[in-house]
Amino acid sequence: MDVEEIALPGIGLRYDFATRSGQRVGVVCHRTGRRDLVVYDRDDPDSSREVLQLTDDEGDVLAELLGAPRIVERLADLHREVEGLLSEQITILAGSPYDGRTLGDTQARTRTAASIVAVVRGSQVHASPRPDFGFLAGDVVVVVGTREGADAVAQLLANG
Amino acid sequence: MTDAGLLIELGGVILALGILGRLADRIGISAIPLYLLAGLAFGKGGLLPLATSEEFINVGAEIGVILLLLLLGLEYTAPELVGNLKAQARGGVVDIVLNSTPGAVAGVLLGWSPVAVLAMAGVTYASSSGIVAKVLADLGRLGNRETPVVLSLLVLEDLVMALYLPILTALLAGLGVVRGAISVTVALVTVAVVLFIALRFGERISHIMFDESDEVLLLRVLGLALLVAGVAAELQVSAAVGAFLVGIALSGEVAESARAVLTPLRDLFAAVFFVFFGLHTDPSAIPPVALIAVALGLVSIATKIGTGWWAAKQAGVQTVGRFRAGGALVPRGEFNIVIAGLAVTAGVEPDIGPLAAAYVTFLVITGPVLARYIDPAARRYVRRRRERAEAAETPKP
Repeated sequence: MDVEEIALPGIGLRYDFATRSGQRVGVVCHRTGRRDLVVYDRDDPDSSREVLQLTDDEGDVLAELLGAPRIVERLADLHREVEGLLSEQITILAGSPYDGRTLGDTQARTRTAASIVAVVRGSQVHASPRPDFGFLAGDVVVVVGTREGADAVAQLLANG
Repeated sequence: MTDAGLLIELGGVILALGILGRLADRIGISAIPLYLLAGLAFGKGGLLPLATSEEFINVGAEIGVILLLLLLGLEYTAPELVGNLKAQARGGVVDIVLNSTPGAVAGVLLGWSPVAVLAMAGVTYASSSGIVAKVLADLGRLGNRETPVVLSLLVLEDLVMALYLPILTALLAGLGVVRGAISVTVALVTVAVVLFIALRFGERISHIMFDESDEVLLLRVLGLALLVAGVAAELQVSAAVGAFLVGIALSGEVAESARAVLTPLRDLFAAVFFVFFGLHTDPSAIPPVALIAVALGLVSIATKIGTGWWAAKQAGVQTVGRFRAGGALVPRGEFNIVIAGLAVTAGVEPDIGPLAAAYVTFLVITGPVLARYIDPAARRYVRRRRERAEAAETPKP
């Protein structure tokens, strides 16, 4: 599917696409975390017929209902397309030194230059986990960085 | 050491502004015209002339201008500015030509000096990015296809300000041709160098400036902005632009946190600045220029709509959207007053203050209303045109 991305200077980003029936749908991502779900007007495709304002949390809930794990996959695909940047999903195995410790403890960004952008636990996605996020065995960690960076994170999470 | 009189006066002024702000919110307009009116009332020849707090208001107004520009700079990152310059350069030029002309022509017709004409051109040129962005958000138009065009024109206007303000400041200082040319060159080189540094090292600067504590961050960013603004003023580059460039150089997390902690401070000192502008405007000078201001306002409504129309058309937006883009750009606001304020402080032309105050008041009120109702009006216009075209096509019985 063709998702268009447009910068809104001073506000954030807008993504939009057309559904199979030809209805255009967009999401305005504010820098503040607010999300606007926009349904475009069929008569005047430049304007919106309906705008649904969602807070950070409400946006997360909606995303989860619509299938967040797939968004993470999408995100991973997207990053794979950027040259030199890739994303990888690393599972925290039982016995990992970080099972039960926090993201901050790994110091992953300083030590490897790669970033942990999300953690998938069961059917839940924790996007942009904070430093106090606690890992558990079985978590799938989504890492974005260079090949070396991502490998280094995998090493780090497996062996400390 | 407590100066009771000063505290009582300041408290009264700020409290009055608070009440006016509430009132503006109730009617649904920007508070700027009401703050200007308050300034008129507190000034010489007004209802309640101030006795002791003028000095504070003078300094506060200067800080207000610096904070207005700093916060504006924090909205954007250097790559955003440069990216928009590439994408929307032609629209930016159309914007300058169409919208600085009314002010310049008015200045010439009124027989003003070239510097005052340049200042007036700036007063009619810039849309208020703050008001426009708020209007677009309030009307639920952020997702619209013409909105990126509008926003990127606003970004370009702000970038133009970074070049325009130093030039105006140098000319207002009344330096000779050679010294004037030198200081304009210094100004432009400084702007270019700072933009380059912001592009190259913005992330590193932001990293150094960042702190977990809001208090530390507030003091650091405010201190840096005032310092750079002061140095810029010393170099005749315009203090405001110095602050704007500091804002541009900071991005990411530090910009986000700084915006949050500095916004209340900006609101306070910007209100003080509008009062200051009102204080320095002679109330009896407004009625004679009011008609000119309204005429100038009507002309610049037309030129802004033309600008938005043209730019939106280039982006492939249809008729109704083009009108919406034009209507959204109409509100003028804080920066037009900042520009006029520079001219007033330099004392180049006694009429520019009253004219700018009346002009901005007119557009600050009509602009958002126009932005709202241009949409249904344009829809009706398009529908009627289509019906007429269809009627012409169907053969008469």
